[in-house]
Amino acid sequence: MNNHAQCFSDGIFKQNPVLVLMIGLCPLLAVSTSAINGLGMGLAASFVLICSNLVVSAVRKFIPEGIRIPIFIIIISTFVTIVDLVMNAYFPPLHKALGVFVPLIVVNCIILGRAEAFAYRNSVLDSLLDGLGMGLGFTLVITLIGAIRELFGNGTIFNSPRFIEKPALLMIFPPGGFITIGFLMGLYFLYTSYARSKAKK
Amino acid sequence: MSITNLFGILISAMLINNIVLIYFLGLCAFFGVSTKMKTSLGMGFAVIFVMVMATAATWLIYHFVLVPLELTFLRTASFVLVIASLVQLVEIFLKKTSPGLYKALGIYLALITTNCAILAVAFLNIDYSYGLLEGVFYALGTGLGFTLAIILFAGIRERVALAPVPDSLKGFPIAFFIASLMSLAFLGFKGLLGL
Repeated sequence: MNNHAQCFSDGIFKQNPVLVLMIGLCPLLAVSTSAINGLGMGLAASFVLICSNLVVSAVRKFIPEGIRIPIFIIIISTFVTIVDLVMNAYFPPLHKALGVFVPLIVVNCIILGRAEAFAYRNSVLDSLLDGLGMGLGFTLVITLIGAIRELFGNGTIFNSPRFIEKPALLMIFPPGGFITIGFLMGLYFLYTSYARSKAKK
Repeated sequence: MSITNLFGILISAMLINNIVLIYFLGLCAFFGVSTKMKTSLGMGFAVIFVMVMATAATWLIYHFVLVPLELTFLRTASFVLVIASLVQLVEIFLKKTSPGLYKALGIYLALITTNCAILAVAFLNIDYSYGLLEGVFYALGTGLGFTLAIILFAGIRERVALAPVPDSLKGFPIAFFIASLMSLAFLGFKGLLGL
């Protein structure tokens, strides 16, 4: 990557892991029942992504090609275990809300995918910026989905007092999650096709 | 551990707590593979196969290695490595003994390593404190639920691909809407058989 800043900004918009690359969908829908949960998961996954990108990029010259995937898994699971234990100790309600999805960050396609596609082949600085960008992109989307679902499904936002009297409980349930991400993706595609047609003129 | 108890675990895992439509696990594989019915069938069977074996293997590792040695914090790393190596072993074994089945499963066997549903079932098995037999039935039910959901989904998607969908909704957005309606339908299973 010639442009360092581009590594960072790509992850947020042009190559947003969720809306464009379509990876990391599992935790996205499952934990985004409220904005706080979404934010917590986004930050936890970003932390693991940044750390694993850093470590994989730092030792990439010493990792043999054939067994790189198991080694990535070991590196990633180390950081996931750290996050799991720290969250359990200092943020117990968040840990309980996220449940089994905290250890599942290990097989989050974003982290393994970026380690394989980017950190293994690029410098430490670029991998750090890529991790930051992708993590920020993921956190933004998951918090947005959490906020929408909490707003329409519970009438609150970030645990504020309720200001919608009769919320649509469906939004908190699984169908609501699917509908929200479907609309967000549709809006994103609409925007990118509009931007593309505008650029053509 | 009566037969009705095991049957209850199976039905509950398959319908009431469907892994894809209620628990949002295995979504990457679910959306990526379900554009054609044939590939969905292959993926479904591969998932059942690996899920049952992985659950049994991780249960044994947890109860006979991690707990006696008080290394339970290593469960994340060890489970993932066990699943990855199990998939590799199964692939080699199938290639030698049953080339027909190997060819039928194809590439999906390798893709299953990153399927979060497998790891999740291994974790939930421990969290629910199931015995070995109950765990196997739980994994079998979950795999059957995944296969059922992906087959239904592929059938609908194949039809929708021929329908006049707005441009910005083509592909993934409309797939998510389909999934939301299916999930709504499966929510209706709550309370089935008093479970």
